[in-house]
Amino acid sequence: MKNFNGDVLFLDRSDINTDEIIPAKYLTENSKEALRPYLLEDLSLDGFDPGRDISGKSVVLTRSNFGCGSSREHAPWAFEANGINMVIASGFARIFRQNMFNCGMMAVELPRDTVEIIFNKFNGQKTSITTDMEKMAFTFNVPTGEALEIPFSISQYDLSLVKAGGWVEYADKNY
Amino acid sequence: MGKTVAEKIFDAHHVDNPSGDIHVISLDAVFCHEITTPIAINDLVARGKDRVFDPSKIKAVIDHVSPAKDSKTAMQGKILRDWAARHKIKDFFDIGRNGVCHAIFPEQGFVRPGFTIIMGDSHTCTHGAFGAFAAGVGTTDLEVGILKGVCAFKKPQSMKVEIFGRMPDGVYAKDVILALIGKIGVDGATNRVMEFCGSVVDAMTMDQRMTLCNMAVEAGATSGICPPDMVTVEYLWPFIQDQFGTKEGALEEYSRFLPDGDAVYTDTITMDVSGLAPMATFGYRPDQVKPVSDMEGTPVDQVYIGSCTNGRLEDLEIAASILKGKKIAPYVRGIVSPATPGIYSKALETGIIKTFMDAGFCVTNPTCGACLGMSNGVLAQGEVCAATTNRNFNGRMGKGGMVHLVSPATAAASAIEGKICNSPLYRLPE
Ligand code: SF4
Repeated sequence: MKNFNGDVLFLDRSDINTDEIIPAKYLTENSKEALRPYLLEDLSLDGFDPGRDISGKSVVLTRSNFGCGSSREHAPWAFEANGINMVIASGFARIFRQNMFNCGMMAVELPRDTVEIIFNKFNGQKTSITTDMEKMAFTFNVPTGEALEIPFSISQYDLSLVKAGGWVEYADKNY
Repeated sequence: MGKTVAEKIFDAHHVDNPSGDIHVISLDAVFCHEITTPIAINDLVARGKDRVFDPSKIKAVIDHVSPAKDSKTAMQGKILRDWAARHKIKDFFDIGRNGVCHAIFPEQGFVRPGFTIIMGDSHTCTHGAFGAFAAGVGTTDLEVGILKGVCAFKKPQSMKVEIFGRMPDGVYAKDVILALIGKIGVDGATNRVMEFCGSVVDAMTMDQRMTLCNMAVEAGATSGICPPDMVTVEYLWPFIQDQFGTKEGALEEYSRFLPDGDAVYTDTITMDVSGLAPMATFGYRPDQVKPVSDMEGTPVDQVYIGSCTNGRLEDLEIAASILKGKKIAPYVRGIVSPATPGIYSKALETGIIKTFMDAGFCVTNPTCGACLGMSNGVLAQGEVCAATTNRNFNGRMGKGGMVHLVSPATAAASAIEGKICNSPLYRLPE
């Protein structure tokens, strides 16, 4: 199972599409590692600088309809190549969400209000997250010592993909 | 309880229900192109699973960058080409016979009502125009499709989209779908199938239905679906006549996939097109839509007519009827890419290509190229393009470029004026 703990990258916008996550011109790459420098290169978000803001982050927190647009699995791979294995959002586009679990990564949906609370409390501070897969809960921590526990749910099936390390192995075994 | 088209197709393809509302279904076809498939092939090879479930159900095309523009795209083509040869995939379309995937596969008769189809391409929803469940997937789903002929989906819920009224002259399927996306937003149909119906859809040709279904994903939909009818049967007739003695017989068979009268939908959207104007996008999201008249005068550097949305024969015919005898503005670059060799050669026969050339358009070979900013018409920083494509995302046709999505008629008229404008064909009904 992959690592779902670490520092949070806040992307305070809805409808971030896969062209923004990894532009089409990099789709000619045939390895995941080659995508690493280009993650979120075309993201339009005030104050965001991919060169400065991505390094050291392990989790993304964002708003609704994340990952809309092209079906490219290069989007989760570009995250994975940067050590980001989990995106938490108030909503996902279907293909992106499925691609994440198919790769053994996590795309966790939380209620809109909960995401709002997390943004209000922690955006702008160095925030880290720990994920308890047994309890199905996240804990957000900031250096002031403040902590916030948020329960989440994913389906048994998604969980089995995360545990199996993805859909290829699961499907070849079962079908 | 009644069933939607998607539910009937799912029931007919059930393989497994591993948990909750997740359903594994069997696939009738897996479509492949050279951007998303090579990486799937490499991964299957690395896992020691270089197999295909059924070479006759896999269809492959090199379409996104064709001819190859550099060593990297040449290698993507080579990986797909070698793989197709090694697994004896006979429906493989290489340069000279290739076209944009969502145009060439239907044209070859590979799509049937009731089919289940996946492809590593978000606009796979186009094929729902035939009453199929066709969905874009990522590389891992594609790998499993290639290997096992199955795919897992949440049992799809459907949204009913009823389109009625009298279409004004000069208003097309593209304007209808842009207006619809403008109304429900880019996630207005997420995780749902858009099932289209109503007198306007009934009256549409297959080319128009494909335009409609093509952009369903821009509202987040898993697939767009038009229930099969006689229009579908007529289109498919050359491919199915040996199987069915009569067209009525074919229609009866396909009627298995019509929605029940008491089918359950998450919601119903009704749209009266009688007052609809030609539409254009103005921002970086396909739901940022307004009437062309509100954007009149916006200068354009390039006009692009092509893609899986609007690169079919009807689209070219409409644009050519406006361009006939005219010249495009001297500082505008006009590019037209007929979506398949079949469309290209028909357009040659009927003189449409000559009309484009006389007007000052560059005619390219069938390819996606400019649509995704990879070749054949990439924009420079700060440039503006009126395009008949389906995505206006920031950087889509080139970093720093702006794309306004429009119909072929609006594109042609805008090329002549050098500015976005309504086509001379547009007339509100009296
Ligand atoms: S024409 Fe454009 S949208 Fe259609 S398949 Fe090609 S790149 Fe994708």
